[in-house]
Amino acid sequence: MAKHETPLLDQLESGPWPSFVSDIKQEAENRAKNANNVEFQVKQDVCEDILGVLELSYKHGRTHWKHGGIVGVFGYGGGVIGRYCDQPEMFPGVAHFHTIRVNQPAGKFYNTEWLRNLCDLWEFRGSGITNMHGSTGDIVFLGTVTEQLEEIFFELTHKHGQDLGGSGSNLRTPSDCIGEARCEYACYDTQALCHFLTNEYQDELHRPAFPYKFKFKFDGCPNCCVASIARSDMSFIGTWRDDIQVDQEAVAAYVGGEFPPNAGAHKDGNWGPFDIQKEVIDLCPTDCMKYEDGKLEINNKECTRCMHCINVMPRALKKGKETGLSILVGAKAPILDGAQMGSLLVPFVKVEEPYEEITEVIEAIWDWWMEEGKNRERLGELIKRQGFQAMLDAVGIDPVPQHVKEPRSNPYIFWKEDEVPGGWQRDVNEFRKYHQR
Amino acid sequence: MAFVSSGYNPEKPMENRITDIGPKHYEQFYPPVIKANKGKWAYHEVLQAGVLKHVAESGDEVYTVRCGGARLMSVTHIREICEIADKHCDGYVRWTTRNNIEFMVDAEAKVKPLIDDLESRKFAGGSYKFPVGGTGAGITNIVHTQGWIHCHTPATDASGPVKAAMDVLFDDFKSMRLPAHLRVSLACCLNMCGAVHCSDIAILGYHRKPPMLDHEYLDKMCEIPLAVAACPTAAIRPTKVEIGDKKLNSVAVKQERCMFCGNCYTMCPSMPLADTEGDGIVIMAGGKVSNRISYPKFSKVVVAFLPNEVPRWESTTDCIKNMVEAYAAGANKYERFGEWAERIGWERFFDVTGLEFTHHLIDDFRDPAYYTWRQTSQFKF
Repeated sequence: MAKHETPLLDQLESGPWPSFVSDIKQEAENRAKNANNVEFQVKQDVCEDILGVLELSYKHGRTHWKHGGIVGVFGYGGGVIGRYCDQPEMFPGVAHFHTIRVNQPAGKFYNTEWLRNLCDLWEFRGSGITNMHGSTGDIVFLGTVTEQLEEIFFELTHKHGQDLGGSGSNLRTPSDCIGEARCEYACYDTQALCHFLTNEYQDELHRPAFPYKFKFKFDGCPNCCVASIARSDMSFIGTWRDDIQVDQEAVAAYVGGEFPPNAGAHKDGNWGPFDIQKEVIDLCPTDCMKYEDGKLEINNKECTRCMHCINVMPRALKKGKETGLSILVGAKAPILDGAQMGSLLVPFVKVEEPYEEITEVIEAIWDWWMEEGKNRERLGELIKRQGFQAMLDAVGIDPVPQHVKEPRSNPYIFWKEDEVPGGWQRDVNEFRKYHQR
Repeated sequence: MAFVSSGYNPEKPMENRITDIGPKHYEQFYPPVIKANKGKWAYHEVLQAGVLKHVAESGDEVYTVRCGGARLMSVTHIREICEIADKHCDGYVRWTTRNNIEFMVDAEAKVKPLIDDLESRKFAGGSYKFPVGGTGAGITNIVHTQGWIHCHTPATDASGPVKAAMDVLFDDFKSMRLPAHLRVSLACCLNMCGAVHCSDIAILGYHRKPPMLDHEYLDKMCEIPLAVAACPTAAIRPTKVEIGDKKLNSVAVKQERCMFCGNCYTMCPSMPLADTEGDGIVIMAGGKVSNRISYPKFSKVVVAFLPNEVPRWESTTDCIKNMVEAYAAGANKYERFGEWAERIGWERFFDVTGLEFTHHLIDDFRDPAYYTWRQTSQFKF
């Protein structure tokens, strides 16, 4: 017999998609049975109370969680989100229900031994409920009490060699796409760079010193599977600057129908036989391809590396050999001044250890933002407030046409004095000798 | 429930303290076939919905079976994932950015037993534990936020609407019949932890009532200057209010200037916005993050408000299903949702989807608004 009646939530158990309600219920049952005699450090019926408070929210159409308090582990200013229930008497199991962000491994690969260790820890010292994973990428431990925070951190670091992720006005936990681990499109090793920068900037990740949050995301190619261009203050997108490699025999195999187009991703639609003219040549955004006499030609100089042709014919076309990444800055979700997409700052940089060309840009941007940014002002908002030119100036990057989609359509240029011959100090009396008042 | 120490000594917090060690190194978690062929993959093919084949230059192959899951996941469920990974995948597993679980095997013969095993497992309530799908020109898992399970500012739940939407979209999770892939995301308030602003279809929680003011507690709970500064439309000013015989420092809100972002509430718990009738869902559409063919795009608001209909959010799921079918019927091969809407024109989009165009959909927020009005005589009747 469940502790709380949950008639509304129960309706989310039917239907084919995995039901989180059924899952929480099974956890509640397992905690009640406690087959392994775990000495639970938070209330044994915590999962019952999660369901209870959620059912109450379904009844009211409003959340029952209060703001976070200031909780955390000693010496860190992030990684733990305080959370308290606004009906603690009704649901004592979730009266404190703090979140712990655990920094996920790059690429989100795991072995089961390590995952089981995390499960054991979280069953013992927390609710047993997680997010795999949170929006930013962390493993999220959902719900424990204040007294357990240091204990969990101690066990994570001492037994499992594992650190917390970021929260607050910190560097947030960086995340990456699968990259070279299992993708032929990757133009650099996203896992290596993500892991390196995460470790390089541990201080920024754990101790808030920024005006607001700051996110890194690493996409191996312009397909942008981790949405870095929309979601990170600094977005690292793989690219190349030489020619797409073409295997004409494989092109012919696509044309002949031997290989499925778009890597088989349209197999359940009725799209008819593959038509290279219609599906590749005509859709090229720069019109830089042609297919004549059974031969594909690409005018690589005009290619903007949108990936379409490569996505459609991955066995025939491959990224160039001279690979690297582009850095875009300032993306963010809408709050406060509207959503922003990342803007191109560095068109191309090679990705080579020890990544100094990359860390120089990061640190120059941080210096400018920490100096000029207002409280709770994201990098993108600062760029808008002070201007793209101000950022280029601050980080010492020369302007190039690649920085803009088009030049400005107003002539309101803020000329600087040293750009104008003779400067701005003039003698009005000298002027008046030739121009009457 | 006796307290069990980890070894941490609260009297000496710095004793033996380990900090700043970062995440585990990714390489120890690579399956052997991944480790051996990293950076040397030749091509891939989607064999069927949910099954990928990657072939390395060496000739090695890895077969990935992708399955959906609720991102809200118990340790019991994760242990079951481990059991499957041990049984079929030598103890390795990974998650995707969109909360899918990927099981990898190194030979084609191992694929079918794995799929059969995954598809055979169901929760007591009847839903699949590990539905296989979510690849190619279909609808993959919904990325989402916490909602009523753990957040203090949501205007809707997250896991519930996601479950309801994925039940309705399930066939498109299991197949690849659409013109291109279609990404659905949910954020439970416009803080958008879920960053839904560039999704093909976005479900966004939204408040519609200005904050209430808990004057008696406000000055004790909040830094008034921070609450004032938090407002993007300068609708909040400091003021004094009289409660009984007490004169209290508090704030006043110019209600007609409120855009219901809740940023003040984040800074000041004495300004709650949540409301049963006021809160609900905005539907946005046409965004993308990929640079493929066209530039990345923001999602546009296509439905200003739908109520929170617990537990299944029927108006929301009906609206989404309707948009997906209109897109499936009208878009060209490879055309993303937003590219389709732009090609046919947004006026035609409202035509073919039957969605009502209301005044709320005309942008009136600052300078970007002007660029969304029609500055041409070209339009469709």
